[in-house]
Amino acid sequence: MTPPPLDFHPALRAVHWLMAIMVLAMLFIGVGMVSTTGPLYPALLALHRPIGIAILVLVLIRLPLRLATGAPALPDALSPMEKGIAKGSHVLLYLAMIGLPLIGWAMLSAGGYPVQVTKGLILPPIMPHDLALYAVLREAHTIIALSFFALILAHLAAALMHGLIRRDGVLRSMTTGHRRAAPVIDAEMPVPVENADAGEAIASIAPQEPSDPR
Amino acid sequence: MSSDNRVPLGPVALIGAIVLLLIAGFAWAAGWIGGRRISGGDITTALDYNGGSHPGYRRAHAKGLCFAGTFEANGEGAKLSSALAFKTGSYPVIGRFSIGGGNPLATDGRTVFHSMALILTTPDGQQWRMAMDHTPIFPVADAASFVALQRATRPDPRTGKPDPAVMKPFLMAHPEVKAFQDYIAKAVLPSSFANATYYSINAFRFSTGGNASLVRWQFDPETPLTGLDKAHLDQLPRDYLFQEMIARTAKQPSRWHLRLVVANPGDVTDRATVEWTGPHRTIGAGTLTVTSVSPEENGACRDLNFDPTILPQGVTISDDPLLAARSKAYSSSFTRRAREGAGPSAIGQDLAKEHGQ
Repeated sequence: MTPPPLDFHPALRAVHWLMAIMVLAMLFIGVGMVSTTGPLYPALLALHRPIGIAILVLVLIRLPLRLATGAPALPDALSPMEKGIAKGSHVLLYLAMIGLPLIGWAMLSAGGYPVQVTKGLILPPIMPHDLALYAVLREAHTIIALSFFALILAHLAAALMHGLIRRDGVLRSMTTGHRRAAPVIDAEMPVPVENADAGEAIASIAPQEPSDPR
Repeated sequence: MSSDNRVPLGPVALIGAIVLLLIAGFAWAAGWIGGRRISGGDITTALDYNGGSHPGYRRAHAKGLCFAGTFEANGEGAKLSSALAFKTGSYPVIGRFSIGGGNPLATDGRTVFHSMALILTTPDGQQWRMAMDHTPIFPVADAASFVALQRATRPDPRTGKPDPAVMKPFLMAHPEVKAFQDYIAKAVLPSSFANATYYSINAFRFSTGGNASLVRWQFDPETPLTGLDKAHLDQLPRDYLFQEMIARTAKQPSRWHLRLVVANPGDVTDRATVEWTGPHRTIGAGTLTVTSVSPEENGACRDLNFDPTILPQGVTISDDPLLAARSKAYSSSFTRRAREGAGPSAIGQDLAKEHGQ
């Protein structure tokens, strides 16, 4: 068996940050558009659906990539309960990323609406036209979205705590990654440990880059 | 492990600040903090305040009848819009006749909107949803005024009429309502759903790709207009207009001609309170034929939201703020009644009585 990687795969890191921006934007757009009868309502609605479907497409690429490339091991310093919470919260994050767009799509289907993503793109319904079902899905869309936002805040706080306080390499595994050319590090240290990650949250890795292409 | 147990205050404060900032931004986006906004719920609540609480029904135009038919496009509309619905051909339509107000069992003998809502579907899967009234203008121009209108015109339980002490200051603050009041006072109240002209109320932007124009439209009836006797409206049976339409449709279909009216340079296109007067370029785009009607219990119209901003390619909303407000308010009303579960319609009740006896 191959040992777990030190970092998340670079492609996975790129998708993570792209989706982080999209998902956060989406949650703000969502609560914003339902709050108003002003001209922002149709404008935000026109953004909400294409971004939602884009998130669904991206997460369906991201999940197999994550399963194929694996995740770095959590630091031994974490208790089994902390590790359990970390794993569980990531499962929930993936479920929300897949579930929310699907529920949005299903909800429009059950409401008898055309699932109009853009002016030209209309998706087929994925649920029968059923008002009671629409009511349940509409409620679920809100509840899951608000829980998703809370979960993202917890995820962010935990990531920053790893990066700023524990400095255990967890945050770095999703940002710049650990430097592979490790001979500068003491040979007695087979994997980078706490000290190697000092200051990682500032992500001021640039001066340490091995080569300067100029 | 043997780590330093002291928690560094700086990073903890930084993390806390970032999280709090995001929560504050989110709360602002959601309208929980900051300036007052009018939500869709505020409008449905105002409608409930005006018309009484009728769970399970549309908050406006609660009393209705489903219909089905076709729209035959003659190709002329393609001059203004690339919507497939304007290409020569026949397209299926489902829709709903209704009268204004939130009471699903109201009597038809009132001076209120006759309305026609419809969904026109083209083979490319695009839908054009329309919600039209028999008046060319709307009493108010925006969401805030609409909420104020509902509060001001609530019938006083003692007199059945709006309280003058509330109505007077409202009309002072909203002189635009007078145009509608004057119109409705002098206009003929159509004696049938079939002989009313139905107007788009708002202007919409039509485009062919290259050219864009602002357009209001109307469905002109083939059936000659006759009016109800406004002095004796209270003598009409409760469901007079609906029963008349059911009996009429059993004998023959009813037709309307779609007329597109292009805005002149000086026309007000962002306020539905102002009528367009004088000569205009108009285009006859085709014929709507209503071939069947059915009570909401059996028809296809009840569980649909006739949101007038659901438009095909080639048509978009104009700058009229009423359109966004209508869209959001319809959506809130739709979500509320979906949660509550539908009740029987007036026409469904009539049918059940007939069968029961």
